[in-house]
Amino acid sequence: MPGLEIDGLCISIGDHDVVHAVDLQVKPGTCVGLVGASGSGKSLTALASLGLLPRAARVTAGRILLGGDETVTPGRDRTAAVRGSGIAMIFQSPRAALNPVLRVGHQVARVLRRKGQHDDLKQRCIELLGAVGLLEPDKVARLYPHELSGGMCQRIMIAMGIAVEPQILIADEPTTALDVTVQADILDLLEDLRSRTGMGMLLISHDMSVVAERCESISVMWQGAIVEVGTSATVINSPRHPFTAELVRDLAHLPETGGLPAQSSSTRPADDPAREAGG
Amino acid sequence: MALAGAGFDAGRPDDAVPADGPGRSARLRGELRRHPSLLVGGVLAAATVIVAIAGHVAPPDNPLAINPGHALAPPGPGHWFGTDQFGRDVFSRVLYGLGIDVVIGLTVAALAFAVGSAAGLVSGYLGGWIDDIVMRVVDIVMSFPPFLLALAIAVVLGNTVRNVIIAVTIAYVPYILRLTRGSVLTARGADYVLGARAVGASRSRVMTLHVLPNAVGPSVVQATLMAGWAILDVSGLSFLGVGIQPPSPELGVQVAQGAPYITSGQWWISVFPGLAIILAVLAFNFLGDYADDRLRGQGS
Amino acid sequence: MRPLIEVRGLRKDYRRGGDVLHAVDGIDLALMPGESVGIIGESGAGKSTLARCITRLERPTSGSVFFQGTDVTGLSDRALRRFRREVQPVFQDPLAALNPRWTVRRLITEPLKIHGERGAERRVDEVLRDVGLAEELMARRPRDLSGGQRQRVAIARAIVLRPSVLVLDEPTASVDMSARRALLTLLKRLRSAHGLTYLYISHDIRTIEETCSRTIVMYRGRLAEEGPTTEVLDSPGHVYTQILMSSIPRIDNATARQGRLRARPASGQQLPDTGCLFAHRCPRALPECAADPPVVQVTPGHRAACVLAERTSGPQ
Repeated sequence: MPGLEIDGLCISIGDHDVVHAVDLQVKPGTCVGLVGASGSGKSLTALASLGLLPRAARVTAGRILLGGDETVTPGRDRTAAVRGSGIAMIFQSPRAALNPVLRVGHQVARVLRRKGQHDDLKQRCIELLGAVGLLEPDKVARLYPHELSGGMCQRIMIAMGIAVEPQILIADEPTTALDVTVQADILDLLEDLRSRTGMGMLLISHDMSVVAERCESISVMWQGAIVEVGTSATVINSPRHPFTAELVRDLAHLPETGGLPAQSSSTRPADDPAREAGG
Repeated sequence: MALAGAGFDAGRPDDAVPADGPGRSARLRGELRRHPSLLVGGVLAAATVIVAIAGHVAPPDNPLAINPGHALAPPGPGHWFGTDQFGRDVFSRVLYGLGIDVVIGLTVAALAFAVGSAAGLVSGYLGGWIDDIVMRVVDIVMSFPPFLLALAIAVVLGNTVRNVIIAVTIAYVPYILRLTRGSVLTARGADYVLGARAVGASRSRVMTLHVLPNAVGPSVVQATLMAGWAILDVSGLSFLGVGIQPPSPELGVQVAQGAPYITSGQWWISVFPGLAIILAVLAFNFLGDYADDRLRGQGS
Repeated sequence: MRPLIEVRGLRKDYRRGGDVLHAVDGIDLALMPGESVGIIGESGAGKSTLARCITRLERPTSGSVFFQGTDVTGLSDRALRRFRREVQPVFQDPLAALNPRWTVRRLITEPLKIHGERGAERRVDEVLRDVGLAEELMARRPRDLSGGQRQRVAIARAIVLRPSVLVLDEPTASVDMSARRALLTLLKRLRSAHGLTYLYISHDIRTIEETCSRTIVMYRGRLAEEGPTTEVLDSPGHVYTQILMSSIPRIDNATARQGRLRARPASGQQLPDTGCLFAHRCPRALPECAADPPVVQVTPGHRAACVLAERTSGPQ
């Protein structure tokens, strides 16, 4: 099966199992959501897919396949060969992920060079920066990360991610550190790239609404295991696991939420505390 | 595809109260294992202090007793460190002298710490013209190498133990002041300082109860190390003949008195006091290392 | 009824090198007793600075802050003692806002000590129960608590003197998802139980929508829109508010998203200082936007500082 396939993945840190028997599939062209609280093991699962697990963590069972080829198995979970082989990842704090002493254009160029591209490096860089929606990409390329806004830094990171033309892009909380308007723009960009290049995306977030809006299927992770999986509509409208239900309940407070029963006006607080119904 | 519904508790894991930790002796053992510098420094410092106290309270031989008949005896059964040119037992003198130096070192460190951190706190927290003046004074004082400054002050003030302490303290205060001030500047901007002001804490209360305890860490490390350096500086001054004078068996004085005899082969008169100085400084260096480790551990 | 807190023409500037940053640039607001007012805006909007000026942890550059009719703008910390009992902040990150070396007990007792209150122990126990903290946590330090517990300690400390106003700056931002809901419920319950007035700052529109009856939208230090929460969020008058609302993740179908209103990307250039500050990013900017925008009364009680806001007869 093409795309990313995670099969019974188990990860341990020291004596603790932090990820148990996780199954995930991301087919090209689709967007799969992985949602869960912090510490649930979502990021570790993603890092494992790129062979980027921290030193203390090991894959103890299961395997990961990319485009049908086995890339990660127990014992072979930290090889650099996995990266740039068709899978890329973007992270939560864009400014922290960029090298503060290098111009951003240079950083994108490094990624291209590592992939084997040597001709027309500058041209290709500028093209990439333009593809992620940066105005005046030639000017932006000469800037340093601290001269850019959070949203712009995130676009740079996405440029670095798609520079390798990955089959699969993993986005780990890509918009959590960003303002809501920028968040929407970045998510739009990712969707746009997906439809243009046909790459598959794994969108990881603790925010159910982000995942529900953009993904066709959702996997819910809790304490290291997948506790629920299904299409977005099914998971949102008929959650089966109590944790999922709690996440979905929070969504009820969205102003306009298609697919959920309308909220009565009793959720709006009254001015007079004496009149307000309970807490 | 596992559906792990079992074990989910929709109640609040948030409110779970973690169990109590290990007992005190277990924690101490763990601490010693994690910080070898504590072990080494602690043992050395303890040895130094014990030895120093013993040297004062019950020296094997009177450190000041002159005994010309036994002058310049090499180390041997009766006199473990030999005798000096006046027949005085070097071992007793070293123990006694160690006590003097350790006390002086600790005194200097304590004084420099007290004055420096208080001044640094006021200067850093209040800022404005107070800070400007204080920092200019600090800059001037720090432009002199500490030893030379202490030397100059000691010469001017006169040759007593008290004056030596004052001289070295003055040379050290600016370093503690600067260090404290830096930490205060950082702590001043912290949200918990805002929080304290928000509940109505007065300025002095904020400074002493909130800012100072959180700003004083690096200065504690520095003061610990300074106890050792003060011993070096004081013994250095005494070696030069400034400050503490013979017949006091201060270690620097001993080194000075034994210096002329080294070339004629009576090495023990200077070398043993010298080794004692090294021991004391080492002890404080290790303790300072440990203090530094703990400080960083707390910071993370 | 007189406003509990009134802010008139508030300005706060920060000097950075040669530049002046107008963090708060002329804000008027009034907080009525018992109200819960929300302030939304992106980072850099000046919300936290406004909060610090209102709680008088900073002195405004110009303008005034009134508490129960008294001008507290220029008062020193000492003169503000009574004010401090009444108006309390709750900060975003409790780990930073609580002295890391103090135990929970000491943290909550301190305000009582400072103001010489008797019966401190009883009051502390009372407050602990009120915020739902277990007695066993009293001897711990903030770093040994979970995010939610820490914020409860911060809240306990804020209410121990029985204030009338809480100014909450992103109180759930540093708290884990699972604890967030519990915290919001607690805040609502405290408000109704003690008749508190809230000024609630957040960048998360959903939280504001749930807890506040009136909402203020800020952009770069200025007021963009103000009105009853339902109206501001359902029929926003200012284009910026409209963009904010359309950016919230929605679960309905994708085609509705195509028509989403978007801000123009920010360029790296200098931000404009005159006229409507949002114009350079506004997808519907007009030549008139180069001048200071008018304040349009969309309905009585709902105003928007936008040329395109329309006066209507009532909520749609």
